[in-house]
Amino acid sequence: MPHTMAEKILAAHCGREEVSPGEFIDAQVDVVLANDITAPLAIGEFKRIGVERVFDPGKVILVPDHFAPNKDIRSAEQCLLLKRFAQEQGVEHYFEVGRMGIEHVLLPQEGLVLPGQVVVGADSHTCTYGALGAFATGMGSTDVAVIMATGRIWMKVPPTIKVIYHGKLRPWVGGKDLILYTIGRIGVDGAIYQALEFGGEVVEKLSMAGRFTMANMAIEAGGKAGLFPVDDTTHAYLDGRARRPYAVYASDPDASFAQVLEYDVSELEPQVAFPHLPSNARGIGQVGQIEIDQTVIGSCTNGRLEDLRIAGQILAGRKVHPKVRCIIIPGTQEVYLEALREGLIEDFIRAGAVVSTPTCGPCLGGHMGVLAAGERCVSTTNRNFIGRMGSPESEVYLAGPAVAAASAVLGRIAGPEEVK
Amino acid sequence: MKLRGRAHKYGDNVNTDAIIPARHLNLSEPEELAAHCMEDFDAEFLEKVQPGDVIVAGSNFGCGSSREHAPVAIRAAGISCVIAASFARIFFRNAINIGLPILECPEAAEAINGGDLVEVELETGRIEDLTTGQSFQAKAYPPFMMEIIQAGGLIPQVKRKLAASRRMIP
Repeated sequence: MPHTMAEKILAAHCGREEVSPGEFIDAQVDVVLANDITAPLAIGEFKRIGVERVFDPGKVILVPDHFAPNKDIRSAEQCLLLKRFAQEQGVEHYFEVGRMGIEHVLLPQEGLVLPGQVVVGADSHTCTYGALGAFATGMGSTDVAVIMATGRIWMKVPPTIKVIYHGKLRPWVGGKDLILYTIGRIGVDGAIYQALEFGGEVVEKLSMAGRFTMANMAIEAGGKAGLFPVDDTTHAYLDGRARRPYAVYASDPDASFAQVLEYDVSELEPQVAFPHLPSNARGIGQVGQIEIDQTVIGSCTNGRLEDLRIAGQILAGRKVHPKVRCIIIPGTQEVYLEALREGLIEDFIRAGAVVSTPTCGPCLGGHMGVLAAGERCVSTTNRNFIGRMGSPESEVYLAGPAVAAASAVLGRIAGPEEVK
Repeated sequence: MKLRGRAHKYGDNVNTDAIIPARHLNLSEPEELAAHCMEDFDAEFLEKVQPGDVIVAGSNFGCGSSREHAPVAIRAAGISCVIAASFARIFFRNAINIGLPILECPEAAEAINGGDLVEVELETGRIEDLTTGQSFQAKAYPPFMMEIIQAGGLIPQVKRKLAASRRMIP
């Protein structure tokens, strides 16, 4: 029988020839991940199970990235709990500040997630690794506790929505614009309980950074996973990073999809998602005059080197608008170092921008750029619900790095082509 | 087992930042989380909520983050059950896993008004609006999930299974 990529990966992980959408399975997990805000609950639940050791310390990854470097005493206690658990359990993949990155930028960089794997993280943006052809999904702390104890977790096999992008992207239009456009079309529950699978000639030409950005936001449409085909781009990325061989799964041409959506994106403009839903997307040409107070360039969505390079093209030799705070957060130390070597960090500082150590920080209103009542931010992050970045009376507009950088310069929501 | 309480009515896409703002995610204790439940979204919720009350909401309840703090806060605030037209998938898992009863029923979500007295029978999925006299049938749980709910959550169910497999080792 023909099957989708998601069905094939899940069948392989429960010892079956094939599985069908709607079936409940007990899946073997290759990588399990938690961070400083989700691990404390998971560790508590793990101890309740009564198992002394995690199922395989080599498969557990712990990253303090949300409220780290410690934003206050409570957060410090959470980070300490994480560190002690890692030490007690012999978890090698514990990344301390100074040696870490935002989890979903860090793990692919380190070759810790591979095609064909089942990856579960106590973070909704775990779906990011779908860009590498892994079945990667976010779950809660209790699920992660059970995985740490047993190495397995119950899952319902999702049907797949295939999304095909035709045409050729205009300058400055990238993965963030494609995914904002898509969520705008299908809605924040358009892919609920389903896996998204992306394809088409536009995807074939998309860089890994663009693919990570798109897969990252599958959850914003309610998707369980956001899968990309494994192709030469994927192999090239993994070359030198992957620490072992990996399995490649592809959907059969005659597999059964819940829906097939096709978009011609040749005319697509850079997108901006207005408050207060990620689906509230419109083209930059329909934005009007909206003054802003802050921009954030970074996060698990757009904190990669390619994103910083795009921002650099606009900010180099220019100044951040006097009324704007521009906060730039490289996703990992390696991204930071490479950006430094390329002169980007100097460009950012000379432009009057803030450059921070890797952290999730402002994305969830934690630290490093929280908003006051009445303030507006253009952000390369992934959510803009009420109060997401601070005051319930602040506003977050989601966009890609080109729009965020252009907005920082002009002091209003603007596209890169408006910057002189 | 019957649950009964007043309905707190909300619309679509009640997200996890609304349920428990991210700035409070450096808290883990249920009582501490409960103290901030819905605080940006519905400032009156904590004043009005009585133990046993029910949340009735539209589609995609609990969308957004995977934070388990969300159903923990709701349950610790005294809510006995959440009825919604549909649930976001991670929230759905989390609620089942921690033993917060949830029922999917678009008809009930539409018809029940804020303040109505609602009675829920979890085993059958029967929902009664005692104020209007209407009754509804929620979508049944698959047997697999009913097992987790009856055990009181995923941890008790996993402990039970692990104990059983240990006993079977000769």
